[in-house]
Amino acid sequence: MTASRTISVSINGEVLTGDAAPRMLLADFLRDVLGKTGTHVGCEHGVCGACTIIVDGVAARSCLMFAVQAEGADIKTVEGLADGDDLHPLQKLFSEHRALQCGYCTPGMLMTAIDLVESNSSLTTEDIKVGMSAALCRCTGYEGIIKAVTAYAEQVHGKPVRQESDNG
Amino acid sequence: MADTMPSYIGRSVVRREDNRLLKGAGTFVGDMKLDGMLHVAIVRSQLAHARINAIDLDAARGVDGVALALAGADLKDVLPPISGMQVTAPKTWRDGMDPRIEIPDQTLVPHDKLRYVGEPYALVVASDRYIAEDAAELIEGDFETLPPVANAEAAVNADALVHDHLPGNIAATLHAKKGDGETALETAPRRLKRRYFHHRYAAMPMECRGVVAEYDSRTDSITVWSSTQVVHWVRREVANALDMPEERVRVVAPDVGGGFGGKGHVYPEDILVAYLAKRLGRPVKWLEDRHEHLLNAAHSRDNLFDIEVGFDDDGKISVVKNYFLVDSGAYSPVGAAIAGNSIAHFMGPYDIPHYESDCKVMMTNRTPNAPYRGAGRPEVAFAMERSIDLIANELELDPAEVRFRNMIQPEQMPYAVGLPYRDGVMIEYDSGDYPEALRKALDGVGGLDAFRKRQKKALAEGRYLGLGLGCYVEGTGIGPFEGATVKIDSSGKVMVATGACPQGQGHETAFAQVAADIWGVDIDDVVVTLADTSHVTMGYGTIASRSAVTASGAIQESSDKVKEKVFAIAANVLEASESDLELRDGSVGVKGVPEMSMTLKEVARAALPGWIHQRPEGIEAGLEGTAYYEPPTVTWAYAANAAIVEIDTQTGVVKIENYVEVHDAGTLINPAIADGQVKGGLVQGIGGGLFEELSYDEHGQLMTGSFMDYLLPTASDVPPINVIHSETPSPRNSFGFKGLGEGGAIAPPVVIANAVCDALKPFGAELNSTPVRAEDILNILDAGAAAAE
Repeated sequence: MTASRTISVSINGEVLTGDAAPRMLLADFLRDVLGKTGTHVGCEHGVCGACTIIVDGVAARSCLMFAVQAEGADIKTVEGLADGDDLHPLQKLFSEHRALQCGYCTPGMLMTAIDLVESNSSLTTEDIKVGMSAALCRCTGYEGIIKAVTAYAEQVHGKPVRQESDNG
Repeated sequence: MADTMPSYIGRSVVRREDNRLLKGAGTFVGDMKLDGMLHVAIVRSQLAHARINAIDLDAARGVDGVALALAGADLKDVLPPISGMQVTAPKTWRDGMDPRIEIPDQTLVPHDKLRYVGEPYALVVASDRYIAEDAAELIEGDFETLPPVANAEAAVNADALVHDHLPGNIAATLHAKKGDGETALETAPRRLKRRYFHHRYAAMPMECRGVVAEYDSRTDSITVWSSTQVVHWVRREVANALDMPEERVRVVAPDVGGGFGGKGHVYPEDILVAYLAKRLGRPVKWLEDRHEHLLNAAHSRDNLFDIEVGFDDDGKISVVKNYFLVDSGAYSPVGAAIAGNSIAHFMGPYDIPHYESDCKVMMTNRTPNAPYRGAGRPEVAFAMERSIDLIANELELDPAEVRFRNMIQPEQMPYAVGLPYRDGVMIEYDSGDYPEALRKALDGVGGLDAFRKRQKKALAEGRYLGLGLGCYVEGTGIGPFEGATVKIDSSGKVMVATGACPQGQGHETAFAQVAADIWGVDIDDVVVTLADTSHVTMGYGTIASRSAVTASGAIQESSDKVKEKVFAIAANVLEASESDLELRDGSVGVKGVPEMSMTLKEVARAALPGWIHQRPEGIEAGLEGTAYYEPPTVTWAYAANAAIVEIDTQTGVVKIENYVEVHDAGTLINPAIADGQVKGGLVQGIGGGLFEELSYDEHGQLMTGSFMDYLLPTASDVPPINVIHSETPSPRNSFGFKGLGEGGAIAPPVVIANAVCDALKPFGAELNSTPVRAEDILNILDAGAAAAE
């Protein structure tokens, strides 16, 4: 087995280091080495999206990356959303719209939604549904999630999310 | 109930669970890290049916970091199989169901024979999971392949036996009847005979299962954290297997990432991990990965029905005969309970005088079958509701009309069905208006007449629209019991603990609402503890749409015991008569005299043991009460569903335009939570109806062993869903509650099948199995086109 090496990453603005063998998944490195267990693992083959984090500004499946690939990266995880007791606006909307039940998919849902909304200023309802299909929820049936993400997009971009019919 | 009016039940209070879960600050089993913790990897069968000749563990044992490697032979004299696989059933149920049940015990790790792909045969414990998996790969087995028993139908006449002591591969037979089905069929003016198949799919929570255990040698006790719905059941089995007093086994379900029934019984790993922690004297963790979950966590459904229905020219059904096989896989973790549900629920909301049902629970070389959201009800709803549509076709009546003609009318309530429920009590639907629910559902999709007009117009334009209906009733809040302990200590907080084990249902919030109303206190003064055996001596758990009814009942009964003391002590201190006292805003006071009162905190202090107490003679110290609520029988939730679909004739894709469920679960504790439960269930049902399939080949190999093949519904698959809640209170408990966890998942498969058949009626479509696949639809279209030529 190849020897471990020291990996240094910025997590939610804080530089953290830990040892990882070359084969260690980024999800395991975050959870088991750095203790950031907010990011969950649901399938380990890149389908369910529970482990979604933001790496250098782009949503990524942390189960499909090795920790060594993240050396020097700027990572955002669910733990960085709230400011102490003050929830992030999207977190508040999730609670308000009943967008979570068991909460297992929630961290991945939040990070998926943040990437989707913040990287696209002209989302339609359909874009949100398709975009949020990157993450699976087994509890809610998605209605609350779509409502919360739609409300967040409207907050961030200061305009209503267009219905499909608007596209003609 | 408190003397003040209820103020929390019925309100969509924001969930107290949300804050930690939104911050990623919940604690799931996988998040736990204990000092010196070791990790388990389990080696699982790749063969459906095989004799074990030898397992070579030497190479695995030689890997650096491996603490232990074991195979079944090392455990066969050490750990007993899981006992009590048949959920207890009272004599009156047995008398009515004529059961012959021989559910096989499930060996934790077999040493002689493997019975399904995914069954464990060896395990490795190592310093981390990566090393444990490396070592697991080095374990070599010498197996002799046996002919697989591939499915329930094949099992009936198979030479091969899954369990040598079960001839014909039959684990259980049940038989129930009301009236005289045979004669009624002979005299019925018309008969319908069909075969239906409800396919195999599963709960599929986003969190797979996991177990952590830690042994404490000082007190000879063990703590097990398991992602389970039944902590007390796990405790009993761990205590039994390790020969420890239950008092020395604590089982906790921390945050659980969905369950839906799939975590509703004891699994071998619950016991194995506890055993390993005790044996090694170090904390041990096992986390199931998704591939293991698909192979090894219980599957569900998978029933084959042969039905005969007698009816007259008006579509009035006089008799149903139902013969069905359950493919239970290699074991049956809750025995014949699902089949019993199927028999009891077949007739649904319809008034049918004669009924007969025969069932065989078959052993096959597939993953064990256990309850999943609906548990025997979606299967029979499919058979019944498809039959009604076929009767309507034959008589050229609208399917809605045939339903109305057969439905139990509100004035027939309570309605005696003539069969025993699983709790041994003869079934009596308690309350509701079934025709009204169907009327509302039809209105919800724009009205029946309006739809038929639209459908006709669309057809003229070459578009295929269909309306699907589906109705069901559901026995909820089943016993045998639930436990609760209620305490008020010197902090004045009302502390409530119950055996309920939530997996996302918002129980911490809902039971705080219930307790706050019982005590007339602010909801923030209620502390709720769940899913921890150290807080309630006996508990049952959260399965079978039961906790709203059973845990609330237990909280009420234990509160009643504590209230007696509270009133006695307050009367003593306030020098008032107990009958003049009332609970108000966290205090006990004299009615009509606002200044004469004392807070619950003050009462708790007055109740303390010792010489400063202010208890009257004969009142024991402390404000603490435990009660075990034993419901008289189940409460009956019900629903009517209507959906409109359009078929894409190029691709065979079913587009659900609109889906409506009118659902009645009695009084709702928290309407927003209730709405989420029903909607979540509906989407699971849509998944089962269209996408999800645990498909096996003839060798007993699972063909859908990853999320690339087993397709869960995503946000873009979900149609507009409207759930209309009726609230007909149940007369069976003082709150009026009925259960609602499972209901949503029951109807969608048959609603979709009915809608597709309605849309493709011009092609003579008849879909009598699930799931409804695009290729099935294309085949119907091709066959219809060929017939037209």
